[in-house]
Amino acid sequence: MAVKKFVVGSFGDEAVLFPAVKKVRTAGYKIHDIYTPFPVHGLDHAMGLRETSLHTAGFVYGITGTTTALSFMSWVFNVDWPLNIGGKPHFPLPAFIPITFELTVLFAAVGMVMTFCYLCQLMPGVKKHIFNPRQTDDKFVMVIEVTNRTKEEELKSYLSGVGAEDINTQVAEAGWWYGRFDQEENLLELDPAAPVKA
Amino acid sequence: MKDQFVVPARLRTTSFVLMAIGLLTFVIGLFAADTTLFWAGLLQNSAFFTLVVLASTFFIAATTLAQGGWQMSFRRVMEAISMAVPVLAIIMVIVIGFLVIGHKTGVYAWTDANMVAHDEVLKSKSAFLSTGFVMTATVIILGLWSFFTIRLRKMSIQEDGWDLKPETGKRILWRGTVWCGGFMVVYVLSVGSTTPWIWLMNIDPHWFSTMYSWYTFVSSFVSGIALITLFVVYLKKQGYLPFVTQEHLHDLGKFLFAFSIFWTYLWFSQYMLIWYANIPDETVYFVPRVRGEWRPIFFLNLLINFVTPFLILMKRDSKRNYTTVVFMCIVIITGHWIDFWQMVMPGSVHHLHFPIFELGIGAGFIGLIIYLVSTNLTKAPLTVKNHPYLKESILHHT
Repeated sequence: MAVKKFVVGSFGDEAVLFPAVKKVRTAGYKIHDIYTPFPVHGLDHAMGLRETSLHTAGFVYGITGTTTALSFMSWVFNVDWPLNIGGKPHFPLPAFIPITFELTVLFAAVGMVMTFCYLCQLMPGVKKHIFNPRQTDDKFVMVIEVTNRTKEEELKSYLSGVGAEDINTQVAEAGWWYGRFDQEENLLELDPAAPVKA
Repeated sequence: MKDQFVVPARLRTTSFVLMAIGLLTFVIGLFAADTTLFWAGLLQNSAFFTLVVLASTFFIAATTLAQGGWQMSFRRVMEAISMAVPVLAIIMVIVIGFLVIGHKTGVYAWTDANMVAHDEVLKSKSAFLSTGFVMTATVIILGLWSFFTIRLRKMSIQEDGWDLKPETGKRILWRGTVWCGGFMVVYVLSVGSTTPWIWLMNIDPHWFSTMYSWYTFVSSFVSGIALITLFVVYLKKQGYLPFVTQEHLHDLGKFLFAFSIFWTYLWFSQYMLIWYANIPDETVYFVPRVRGEWRPIFFLNLLINFVTPFLILMKRDSKRNYTTVVFMCIVIITGHWIDFWQMVMPGSVHHLHFPIFELGIGAGFIGLIIYLVSTNLTKAPLTVKNHPYLKESILHHT
């Protein structure tokens, strides 16, 4: 939850965007995010984002499911309520396997979906600042954070040099908030550290 | 671009040495080994390696029917492996012929007329378990496999000579689909149902399992993918196959991983239903394997073929690492060879033994496959020329 200052530039074409991302990164500017109308293959590599650790989380959830299923069934059939079912042993491992498998899948799947939503800040009602309405239509919108060492005018001319159009400065909430879009105004006003709107 | 394979002297020598070991084992076995062990070893190895090289034809057919493009940059490697099918088919016919005609090898209990006469179950199965049926089915099936394999290979080489035009591309796709569809019908009706029954399940003539054929199929398919991967990596390391990248290796690794798990699924399904029902007719197969002296092999099998690939190939990085993937390919081929071994031996030889004879014969088969594949690789350029999906394979990115 912080209000920050951003320089926003739009690109009309992937072919312009990729070299621009490379140049902007080499020049040392801090890319906040890039908004695209569709998933762009290889853009994560170009932006230098680290590999997701979602699969590690999935593995942990899966192991949790396996342990839960096996330990619960063992407890029920051996400690809590031992029954003689068709003369089978009280710890019939093969009969436990299907349920163990299902619970592993269930834990891994549900856990990974929830983790994914958390990492991407997705939830019903969650709002984020929209830098350019056409970012869901036909524009690739690159958002660069203005830190206290960034020279804003220099950055703007640099962006137009690498092919960006419609360059502007925006002061906006960097994270997400819960509620309505017009609440962003209040958020900006409430923050005493917020810089004056350009 | 190196597009014409030249067999390195070292590979040729290796294949001849392995074949010599196989031949030597065969000759020694002919005089020294127990008759049942001798024939069971031959049956296990010829069935395993025939099905493994046939998996290449299946892979070509499946990817063609699924309109897959990524495998196009190494399709010639699969074709070269599949061209070993006709040769191994001849060996298979000879082995099955010796097993069912005249000779009392002790591998197939039902060939003993005296035993069948006193056994109601075998008597009722006599139409299926007869020399005539088994030989006819074997010859027809192997003939069809060889026919389709040779046909697909010929078509692929012929297409290299055509002009690069949109009509040509459409024609390549259309006739590929038709012939691969034909092969797929044959393959599913043979490997997917009858062939493993008449070759392997008949070793325990009282027992039956509808899961058995799929189990055998997956075993051979995952080993077949491992074999393709080994040849692809070998050629890549020799400087051939310029269009094969880590992306293709990653996808082959996914196949190894996925089908190892699918194998476990069938392994477990077959075991659990029989364990749960606990009917003596059905448990007869698992008694020597799970309760008897084959117990360590039975669980070693699960350890090699499921736990190892599952844990090692799970990570993305290990599927993209040439060394790890090659290591896993060798582990998987060995594991499924042991799987076939424990499918054949408990019902025929009965006692647990160190498979020194079987390993010798297996070395011979590996030498033969290396020889045949390397020879076939030299007969055509290593990259297909006119296939419409070649570009897709070059650009492939997982």
